Amino acid sequence: MSALGAATPSHESLQGIGAARRQLLQVTGVEQVGPYTLLRVDRGGLAPGAPGQFFMLEAPGRLLPRPMSLCLAPQDELAFLVDPIGPGTCALCALRSGDGIHVLGPLGNGFDLDVARPLLVGGGIGIAPLPYLAQALGGAPAILGFRSELHAEAARLLPEAEVVVEPRLVTELVPDEPIDVLACGPEPMLEAIRARFPDAQLACEAPMACGYGACYGCVVEIDGTLQRLCLAGPVLRGTA
Amino acid sequence: MSVPILNASGCLDAIAAPEVAETLDVFVTKTVTPLPREGNPPPRFAETEVGMLNSIGLQNPGIDAFVEKHLPRLAALSAPVWVSVGGFSADDYSLLCARLDSRDDVAAIELNLSCPNVEEAPETTAELTAAARAATSKTLYAKLSPAAWDVAETARAVADAGADGLTLVNTIRGLALERALVPKLARGAGGYSGPALRPIALACVHACAAAVDLPIVGMGGVSSGRDALDLVAAGASAIGLGTILFSDPFAAVRVRAELSAAAASLGCESPAELRARALEPVTSSKA
Repeated sequence: MSALGAATPSHESLQGIGAARRQLLQVTGVEQVGPYTLLRVDRGGLAPGAPGQFFMLEAPGRLLPRPMSLCLAPQDELAFLVDPIGPGTCALCALRSGDGIHVLGPLGNGFDLDVARPLLVGGGIGIAPLPYLAQALGGAPAILGFRSELHAEAARLLPEAEVVVEPRLVTELVPDEPIDVLACGPEPMLEAIRARFPDAQLACEAPMACGYGACYGCVVEIDGTLQRLCLAGPVLRGTA
Repeated sequence: MSVPILNASGCLDAIAAPEVAETLDVFVTKTVTPLPREGNPPPRFAETEVGMLNSIGLQNPGIDAFVEKHLPRLAALSAPVWVSVGGFSADDYSLLCARLDSRDDVAAIELNLSCPNVEEAPETTAELTAAARAATSKTLYAKLSPAAWDVAETARAVADAGADGLTLVNTIRGLALERALVPKLARGAGGYSGPALRPIALACVHACAAAVDLPIVGMGGVSSGRDALDLVAAGASAIGLGTILFSDPFAAVRVRAELSAAAASLGCESPAELRARALEPVTSSKA
């Protein structure tokens, strides 16, 4: 259990731009994973950061960058799992090896890795930060849920994970025993986790224009007040 | 080419990102109001094809918490601090300016007279400026809306009311709809910024520079040194960066270098030379 009790962010200090850097990085690979795209870029001088932290990726032709949590940190690379749902994410999925994009990061608060009995729970594109998290924990059991068999192809990023496809839900597989849940997925899934595990670490999502506290665009309600998710999160305690 | 580069108010939190604030010649705070404000509900911003809409709603801790908690931390920056203030009446502007008047850590006050996302004060822009002027001897910059039919007339009015400078321009009100035809922003319309605002800002700066003899901070869609150079040529003596800071936090360093290079490539060494060239009368067609 965390020593932070009911503190809202999973870490005590709010992250700003901190050690983040912005660099033009070269795309080293673009791989189809079910309906998603695994985008790999040369790491350049950027640190991979902690699991659950995120990067702002320049979306070619768009005014604003898009926030993406780190999915994998291969040698000298950063890899992001992108769901092409809008003009920005489609532009990212249309990149080709050799293209260059500006990347800013790492940003925000990641997962607290000081957990005794971790269980990773992911839903849909929310599995994105879990492969890097599992690696950092030295392997951890995981349960992943998807809306279709095609989406479930992304489970190969976490080969040891249990997988369910709708209408079955991941929460049906989560045991009641005392465990440290680290989750990322759609809001109803996070709500269900939060209800059963008040101390769960939940990687949340909100549209962000800047990712470093400048725009006030990503506010979510935390402890009854509107707070910037990029600074307070994106990983929050379930008690939030 | 020495042209100070600022952030547009509300486009940078120097406490969350002091490294970015240190790249600026002046740091301008997010607008402070008399009482704390939680701001508008999300979604608060939306990207369009050529710009960005925002409706933050002046989220801020209020003047008391700002002076007690935030200002001392901002004073640690190497850049001078301008405090942006906003209110809903002349009394509000008077109160805010009086609170800041004795603070040595406040280099200037910017009057946000043009937020498109909150209710407007009943008084005119000039009356609000006069109220602020009566409450402080600090340098006062009046930030104007580009939506006025004749922004030069507004500029003359705030100059007569005691403004020491102009900040041109704030965002302009805009609306974007989702595919299902509901507004993208929770509050409906918002302030439009980014590249689409650039020609509008340029026209406002050009008109006001011809109308009043006040220093002008030019802003609106600046993303490159050439954009900044255009505003200087139109009459701005300093440049503000807004939306570009969201995608490129360290844009000030790049814009500063590009501005000098762009001016040099035109054979100009000073803002005055650029301005003289831009304000040359347009020759009439002989056709």
